[in-house]
Amino acid sequence: MMPSATLLGQALISGVLAGGMYGLLALGLSLSWGLLRLVNLSHFALAFLAAYLTYEMGTTYHIDPWWSVLLIVPAMFAIGLVQHWIFDRFKVNELASLLITFSFAVMLEVGIQLYWTADYRRFETHYATWSIKAGPFYIPVLELILCLVAGVLAWGTWLWLRKTYVGKALRASAEDADIAAAYGVDHKKLAYLLSGLGAAYAGVAGTFIALIATLAPAQIWAWLGVVFAVVIIGRLGNPLGALFAGMLIGASESIAMAILSPAWAPVVSFSVLIAILLWDPEWS
Amino acid sequence: MSVANTIPKAAAVLGIVAFAILPTAGLPAFYDSFFYLVFFWVSLATSWALLSGFAGYFSLGHAAFFGVGMYTTATLTTKADVPFLATVPVAAAMAALLGVGIGAVVFRMKRLRGELFALLTLAVTFVVATIILNTPIDGGAGVFMSAVPMPHIMPTQTGTIYVLGFLMCLATLGITWWVAHSRLGMGLFAIHDDEDVAEAKGVPTFRYKLIAFALSAGIAGAVGGIHAMYVGFLTVGGTFELTVPLYVVLMSVLGGSRHWFGPAVGATVITALLYAFISGGEAMVGRAVVALVLILAILWLPDGVVPAVKAWLKRRQRPVEEKHHAEVIPVVPEGPRTIGTRHILEVRGAAKRFGGLQALGGVDLDVREGEILGLVGPNGSGKTTLINVISGFYPLSGGTIAVDGVQIGNLPAHEIARRGVARTYQIPRPFVNMSVLDNVTMAATFGGPLRNQSEIRDEALHWIGFTGLAGKEQALPAELNLHERKFLELARALAARPKLLLLDEVLSGLNPAEVDNAIRLVRAIRAQGATIVFVEHLMRAMVELSDRVAVLNEGKLFALGAPREIMRDPRVVSIYLGKAYAA
Repeated sequence: MMPSATLLGQALISGVLAGGMYGLLALGLSLSWGLLRLVNLSHFALAFLAAYLTYEMGTTYHIDPWWSVLLIVPAMFAIGLVQHWIFDRFKVNELASLLITFSFAVMLEVGIQLYWTADYRRFETHYATWSIKAGPFYIPVLELILCLVAGVLAWGTWLWLRKTYVGKALRASAEDADIAAAYGVDHKKLAYLLSGLGAAYAGVAGTFIALIATLAPAQIWAWLGVVFAVVIIGRLGNPLGALFAGMLIGASESIAMAILSPAWAPVVSFSVLIAILLWDPEWS
Repeated sequence: MSVANTIPKAAAVLGIVAFAILPTAGLPAFYDSFFYLVFFWVSLATSWALLSGFAGYFSLGHAAFFGVGMYTTATLTTKADVPFLATVPVAAAMAALLGVGIGAVVFRMKRLRGELFALLTLAVTFVVATIILNTPIDGGAGVFMSAVPMPHIMPTQTGTIYVLGFLMCLATLGITWWVAHSRLGMGLFAIHDDEDVAEAKGVPTFRYKLIAFALSAGIAGAVGGIHAMYVGFLTVGGTFELTVPLYVVLMSVLGGSRHWFGPAVGATVITALLYAFISGGEAMVGRAVVALVLILAILWLPDGVVPAVKAWLKRRQRPVEEKHHAEVIPVVPEGPRTIGTRHILEVRGAAKRFGGLQALGGVDLDVREGEILGLVGPNGSGKTTLINVISGFYPLSGGTIAVDGVQIGNLPAHEIARRGVARTYQIPRPFVNMSVLDNVTMAATFGGPLRNQSEIRDEALHWIGFTGLAGKEQALPAELNLHERKFLELARALAARPKLLLLDEVLSGLNPAEVDNAIRLVRAIRAQGATIVFVEHLMRAMVELSDRVAVLNEGKLFALGAPREIMRDPRVVSIYLGKAYAA
């Protein structure tokens, strides 16, 4: 039984908007994987740490998320720097970075669970349910803002990488760090900057997670597979690609949910991932 | 048999006997359960290492195979009333099938990188979990196993589980030991270090990876089948947990994933650690501690405990004197060259395109038995590409190639290697984790005719001596200088007893004395009856060594003839130096 056109349209809108979250989470991952050759699984744990901090500040101290984000993002940036110091100090390769950040994520998960317990937490705000009515469709405002922020960050990062010296230097280093260094690129400094930036993006994503989703420590792993699919589909190190891939996956999941059943959604993103990998393995 | 060898063997036998009679000792059930968990993790971690440690394809999807095994046993016992023990082989088969299925798809990808494989296998875990959750296999409610009768191997339930876990663990270690000491293991270790080279040396890489994947997944499936009985109640969330791949990787990496016994050591340590935390009521803290141990292990002991201990023991031992079959490079008298009339190599219209670039545009070339053919040409003229298509590294875009009358144009590289084609690389590509002896032994095993192990070893030692590397048998390639690494390349190629030897710039980067040495060596090789095609920029070597010289230019055969004539040919001079010098 096919659902109605309105339902499908609504599913498409919600999917694209939900995909904004995938894109935002994928952004930081894609940068560190593509440009630093580091696979940072703890990205999700950092996002959730940020979400819990937003929740804590909002509920305990009544600080509005639009203000707390100003504290959280620099804090995340600092964590990114510390992480990169370890990678740099021990000359960690891609595979080892995957295992190390996996372990780091587990430690963060345990920390979150010890402090906030394993119970579900919900940050209630009065604007969580705002939406705009456009014809027969409803557009949730928070998700729309999330997509706009993700769009601005992705586009800005893309411009930065394309047009500025720093961006070009970073891309040169990703191709061949030694040769780039021979041409005077201070790869180390740039790598720290990029690592901090990736973590800061996790902080931004975390603020929105606090506003939109229900929090539980185990949720850290819920998006891992999908977002990695998004990173790969969007091509490594390509911020705009990450965003568009996020929206593509979000939309296809949402439509699959409307046609099949919600529980089948994970199959969609991974099937898309596997299909894309097999169809065009020339990614880098 | 030395004492050093007897002690571990005696200890192993004693350990097996002790563990086998333990359940009859009347210990509290707690011990049965604890030791079962040790066996469980040892089996699971060891099975992971079979593919991921040995061949270097890091899987994060071990939970998928383990889970498929669990649900196979659960479904068959609860829905079809199959006796529990009969379901375990089915569980293994289902998991192995899944592994082979994934492998058959992903191992065909040309540029499958390590971390990509890790994420793909992780993705498969999610897909499998979702399917099981949404179909009647689980349906979201979980599966109760409590009504399934336990076979009466031991008087108690926990005793039976203990024995099953013990047998599983023993079988897993046995299989892994066998793999590590077999041809399969040698091939997998080579794949780990450099897959392209392994293929070129005659390792059927695709098949070996599939076999390793099937074994690895199959064991995990069988372990899962037994574990279903242990846990008694299955949920999708509990089965396809990320903890499984995390712990399995941690245990293997900690113990040493390239050693057959490494994962067992790591698994025992970690299980004891976790158990201590869980029984102290601090399971969450235990998880964090395990994660921390993993980080520290990767940073400070990247190769694992077992290899570190082995290296330490080796340093303490006095070096054992190797029995040499070494010969200093023989001086071969320049006798009449015996060039046969038979064509060892026949290239007809060989073409190779990379996208829009025509690297080879229809080359015809015959090489006679016993001949040394020099291949020259400016940079980008297609010399190395020609070597690469003959050795099967690149598939041909057009034309045919025959070696000794057999068409090899479309065969995979390892088949070509087995038909008697060996090559060296311009930049030496030894297997970095293997000793010089292992490097050459490996090439003799896969490339040469079938022989028993001691013959292969003698052959390897012979070629190590022949290339002047005697005394370096146990050295790792990183300990060799460029000159020696180039000769290791040669020793590896020769150990395969090739009909046709392809040498890609063996002399580049060597100093004049080393070049003289290398030229003598190539002569000696030829004196043994090999047919050689070599790419070289050094004109002195070209003139001294080759019977004929083929000049390639822009992917086409430009000139062919005796070396001195070719060097004087104005057309050849002009493509090298420009028209002005050609007069």
